[in-house]
Amino acid sequence: MSTLTSPARSAAPATQAPVPVTMAAALNQALADALTADDRVVVFGEDVATLGGVFRVTDGLAARFGEQRVFDTPLAEAGIVGTAIGMAMGGLVPVVEMQFDAFAYPAFEQVTSHLAKLRNRTRGKLALPVVIRVPFGGGIGGVEHHSDSSEAYYTHTPGLRVVAPGTPADAYRLLRQAIACPDPVIFLEPKRRYWSREAAVLTHAGPPIDRALLRRPGKDVTLIAYGGMVATALEAAEAATDEGWDVEVIDLRSLSPVDDQTLTDSVRRTGRAVVVHEAAGFGGYGAEIAARLSEQCFFHLEAPVLRVTGLDIPYPPPHLEQYHLPNTDRILDAIARLAWD
Amino acid sequence: MTTVAHPSGTAAAPGLLPSATPLQLIDADGRPGGNPGGLSLPAPEVLGELYRRMVLGRQVDIQATALTKQGRLAVYPSSRGQDACQVGAALALRDADWLFPTYRDTVAILTRGVPAEQALTLLRGDWHCGYDPYQYRVAPQCTPLATNTLHAVGLAHAARLRGQDQVALALLGDGATSEGDTHEALNFAAVWRAPVVFLVQNNGYAISVPLAKQTAAPTLAAKGIGYGMPGVLIDGNDAAVVYAAVRSAVERAAAGGGPTLIEALTYRIEAHTNADDATRYRDAEEVESWLARDPIVRLETYLRANALLDDATTRRLTAEAERLAAEVRDQMNADVSVDPAELFEHVYARPTAALERQRAELLAELELEEAAEEGR
Repeated sequence: MSTLTSPARSAAPATQAPVPVTMAAALNQALADALTADDRVVVFGEDVATLGGVFRVTDGLAARFGEQRVFDTPLAEAGIVGTAIGMAMGGLVPVVEMQFDAFAYPAFEQVTSHLAKLRNRTRGKLALPVVIRVPFGGGIGGVEHHSDSSEAYYTHTPGLRVVAPGTPADAYRLLRQAIACPDPVIFLEPKRRYWSREAAVLTHAGPPIDRALLRRPGKDVTLIAYGGMVATALEAAEAATDEGWDVEVIDLRSLSPVDDQTLTDSVRRTGRAVVVHEAAGFGGYGAEIAARLSEQCFFHLEAPVLRVTGLDIPYPPPHLEQYHLPNTDRILDAIARLAWD
Repeated sequence: MTTVAHPSGTAAAPGLLPSATPLQLIDADGRPGGNPGGLSLPAPEVLGELYRRMVLGRQVDIQATALTKQGRLAVYPSSRGQDACQVGAALALRDADWLFPTYRDTVAILTRGVPAEQALTLLRGDWHCGYDPYQYRVAPQCTPLATNTLHAVGLAHAARLRGQDQVALALLGDGATSEGDTHEALNFAAVWRAPVVFLVQNNGYAISVPLAKQTAAPTLAAKGIGYGMPGVLIDGNDAAVVYAAVRSAVERAAAGGGPTLIEALTYRIEAHTNADDATRYRDAEEVESWLARDPIVRLETYLRANALLDDATTRRLTAEAERLAAEVRDQMNADVSVDPAELFEHVYARPTAALERQRAELLAELELEEAAEEGR
């Protein structure tokens, strides 16, 4: 089995009965299982040890695995990522936390100039299996700088993998896969879904890290989403049945590299596509998907590929975020505009 | 009056401040003594090796500068004048230790054992890093200044967590001390008591900006106390004191004593790179005054006065340096062989499907071009 598809040692027995689990708990379990499976794994960042992280994703890990494996750092994001790079050079597998999306920006130089490039710069001599966990996106009523969708900054950087889970079970699977991956991974956690619940058996088996998942089959239109928008897209697909539209929903999981095959297979079948994300539309990730679908599925398309995105504005204050965020109505409106006649 | 409990520490900090004047083991005229502080003169064979490595490094440095003028190197940031820092620091490391250099530290990299052809790959422009970092325990030369300081701290901390006896040495300049990453690295290193040594080669200028516009600190070494680590101020043109200070800091770090910040006062004789015009920001008299403080001449004077160097040895050494420079010249004059297909390797552990497609497209494009050339 390839290291890209599965961690070295397995943890979850396949016969377990599904139990309700939140995404935060699933992530916590993934970290605990990775720490157990591989003694090179270390978890660090601001407030991750004693406090267990501001979202409690690392709750209890320091007590269980010790301060050598799970530790608090000074408040400095470039320092966290820069030292993670050195630790990976020194043979460890660092899994670090950026407390919030917008607070990861001080680390940007370390991410783009070093983390993403060192394998390339050294002709493959230096591999950096670093995972940077970033709680991202809005919908939690956060004050400014707590709700950014920063994925396009990272997906535009060759050498990085960028993934975003949409469900608790996939949060567990993707995080285990990210930690086992020899490439650096930006792991975007949709913070509005931390407390979403799903009855699931947590296992790293299943679709590999770079594959998209068909969440709902449909014949008329392909709805493409990731992270926090997967649930929104599924709600919209359900609502669309009232209008007589049979909507297929794809959960991208991996934003970079993107699973062209799954996307094009679907869109060639349905002939219509809508991409949904919270981030601003201009220069956003959806533009890449729309462009790829136009290039690869043009003669199968019945309508232009549409985007339902956040507005082209700085993330709004809590009382205004509802006007910014894509919702079911906006998605249904977009579907209605897909040249049905 | 009642005292309120506060989580901050109250540890006393004796001995963290640097000396008022730079430590020195061999003075500017080649005489022993100077201002040794607690440091002692390295053994004669170490002094001999410091001298030999400086002579070799100088010759390669001069050769590399010449090669930029012939267009054989894309760029070369010379360390001429900083020879004592380059060689003293690299030789002070133990075999298992790591060096984290910048683009101006080619001579330190050579001294660490990296072949010149591999050390110059970046500057010739056929790939970004020409050597295997693990083979020599030398990180790739860092171009975004100060970012390497954090890598050094991380590697040192990892070594400690894994129970390995390894110290990391980060090289930086006076300009890089203004970068935020330097602050974060010093702070992380001190909080973690990481086995790391920071050597600031203070050559007075960050390209054109003089130190006075860079900092208002009394010295850069004085910054150490703010992080809770010793700051050591040394004469950066005295190879003996550079070696002794770095060695002492390495031993202290290895013994669990934590990091050290060393500031070495030195001077860059050449311009920033071949693309720079240094006459726009400094005058000839200043450069002349530092040429008179040549670190190689200083150590040679000491060695000769103490019967540790004779004419036969210098003749042999000159010949060795010339051979090495000629080798570098030949290697750099050889046509560079690059493979466009390699552009798609090493981006990820395995090329993605999209990269495979792009590689096929580029190779098809090249084939068409080749066919068109042949048909002409």
